[in-house]
Amino acid sequence: MRITALFIVAASALALAAPAHAKTIAVAAGEGGQSRLQEALIVAEPGDVVQLGAGRFVLTDGLSLDVKGVTVRGAGMDATVLDFSGQKGAGEGLLVTSDEVTLRDFAVENTKGDGIKSKGADNIVYYRVRVTWTGGPKETNGAYGIYPVSSTGVLIDGCKVSGASDAGIYVGQSKAITVRYNFVEQSVAGIEIENSRDALVTGNMVTRNTGGILIFDLPNLPVMGGGNTIIEDNLVVANDTPNFAPKGNIVAGVPRGTGVMVMANDGVLIRSNTISDNPTAQVLVVAYPKPFTDKTYNPLPRNVILSGNRFSGGGNEPQLPGGDMLKAAFGGRLPDVIWDGIGKPPMAKDPLQILSLGVPGPEVGMAEASPSLLNLVPPALSATPAGVGAPTALDARAQP
Amino acid sequence: MKVLAAALLLAGAAIAARAQAPVSAQVRERAITNGASPQNLSEFGFFVDPGAQSPAPGVTPYRLNTPLWSDGSEKLRFVYLPAGTKALADEDGLLKFPVGTALIKTFKLEGRLIETRVLLHRETGWLALPYQWNAEQTDAKLVVAGARIEAKTPAGEAISYAIPNKNQCKECHALGDTVTPIGPKARNLSAVWLTDFAKAGKLDHAPKVARRIPLWEDRAKVPVAVAARAYLDVNCAHCHNPVGAASNSGLFLGWEIGDPVMLGFAKRPVAAGRGSGGLEYDIVPGKPEQSILYYRMANLEGGVSMPELGRASLDRDGLTIIHAWIRGLR
Repeated sequence: MRITALFIVAASALALAAPAHAKTIAVAAGEGGQSRLQEALIVAEPGDVVQLGAGRFVLTDGLSLDVKGVTVRGAGMDATVLDFSGQKGAGEGLLVTSDEVTLRDFAVENTKGDGIKSKGADNIVYYRVRVTWTGGPKETNGAYGIYPVSSTGVLIDGCKVSGASDAGIYVGQSKAITVRYNFVEQSVAGIEIENSRDALVTGNMVTRNTGGILIFDLPNLPVMGGGNTIIEDNLVVANDTPNFAPKGNIVAGVPRGTGVMVMANDGVLIRSNTISDNPTAQVLVVAYPKPFTDKTYNPLPRNVILSGNRFSGGGNEPQLPGGDMLKAAFGGRLPDVIWDGIGKPPMAKDPLQILSLGVPGPEVGMAEASPSLLNLVPPALSATPAGVGAPTALDARAQP
Repeated sequence: MKVLAAALLLAGAAIAARAQAPVSAQVRERAITNGASPQNLSEFGFFVDPGAQSPAPGVTPYRLNTPLWSDGSEKLRFVYLPAGTKALADEDGLLKFPVGTALIKTFKLEGRLIETRVLLHRETGWLALPYQWNAEQTDAKLVVAGARIEAKTPAGEAISYAIPNKNQCKECHALGDTVTPIGPKARNLSAVWLTDFAKAGKLDHAPKVARRIPLWEDRAKVPVAVAARAYLDVNCAHCHNPVGAASNSGLFLGWEIGDPVMLGFAKRPVAAGRGSGGLEYDIVPGKPEQSILYYRMANLEGGVSMPELGRASLDRDGLTIIHAWIRGLR
């Protein structure tokens, strides 16, 4: 009898843990998909699963989800496709504005603006989601594929993005971030972490983009002071697509063939990556190069640390001012790590020579540059980023 | 048997009540405040004659000095406060409405009622619901998922008019996580209306407004900067404010903003994508054609067009004012 009683207690505890009447709302592809799907996303209650059937949902307007704790789940990133080729309105395909949401196992294609945006959506999980612009790299493609912003707790795992005219995966003005095991190609930036802190970027494959992984901090934004970020165990290979970002966007200034790029930021550890065949610079560390008036903004990269990366090839077609002369001077390819020379140089845990472009200060430009080779010094232990990544509780929502 | 008969009678009475709803002259306060989302607009009883939009007792019409553009559609605005309650004035800001308040906005195109959006102030906060009018123009039905309608603007352009879905209502009406009215700010209401509303016992006092938003039809009579800032406040600032849907852009276009970079002067875009149109700055003083703000207003493509919601054609009068304002900036 005691055992039975215990059983009842355990069962009630379980019942309390999940919302009392969490349910699954099935939505099939086909006629009226726009309103049926949007309605499901509106009537869903916390804990519910909106289950998308296999097939193609032909959509005319952006979708949105504003209910906490909902899972949107398809039949697989190649089986369930939200097709926005005929989209008439809204700035993105799917917008999420509630916390604790899981998006998984579906694809978003050909949105007019961004693919999936989540704003102020804490503890969000993107798992095995695909965002594709099917016409390849084009300036008329949407800007960001997967776009969480202004959020605490972001996990992007096992996703695939292709064709973004800005960044395939872009995390902005957020903290506690993990971007892992994703594949991004044919975008201007593969993965971009901007004005964010405590990010872990690991185990991703970024190739055929203009730039592979970008860690940026920009002025005049509500959240600044990016840093404390680790980039490790990624494959950053042959990012050689000509830059197709519309002018005016910061990534339009990323040279074709950049592997990992750090701009401004405090504390970025670049460790144990395989960085190959990126024709301008395998690693590029720079200050914010444009004029700004924001007195609270620090344009310099600080505490950038390199450790145990495997470099091969690259630096053979540098799209930098004076690149051809530099290339000739270095016997056909530039060193793997290039620093603009502004502020303090990056540091290295292993013996590494870098090319300093010797630009004397921000807003000066390459005309005054005086390039030189530097031996890097090891960092102080205290400078190493720690405590990065999304809360581990999110892992439970990123399982097959 | 008695129970069954009673139940049948009750059901019959309910059906009879529903059938009479459109001609009711009494606002049903419980429809505003209880937890459900009424399926038909008539269930609120806001109108004596819904087709003519003649308001029921206690439902007060109002207008905004400068309204949201919305493809030039004609808009009829009403406010209902529960009997015995009043709103509180908060200087030139949003009137503070008591629980039980309903704000009602009907959109007309080509002389026909298209949709009515209601904002209901419940114990749990404001709730926004969209209703689409039927072909007979007798009632409107809740469309939580929104709808698209082929229509013609007053300028004669054929458009695909979008009734927003419930979430899209919130995109514009949210400050942080809280849904809020946008329009009825004292600065965008006339002094006469505020005084009358106070005299009717619906407002604690008619507030003094230091800088009132001008009447849009008077835009040629006021300094262009005033008309332009009024336009940006009303059409853009519900998202472009520090706690709005566009907070991460850092571009803030409210009436009260003074910081030039926040207003877009020599400010670079952050996440504009192709919305930048190949341009470097949100506003280049003196050069509207080089200003992203003007470019996006003058564009209708998804991913470029601003505002993102609530329009399908160009606002030529608005563009004229913004063009003149930027051209005159130094």
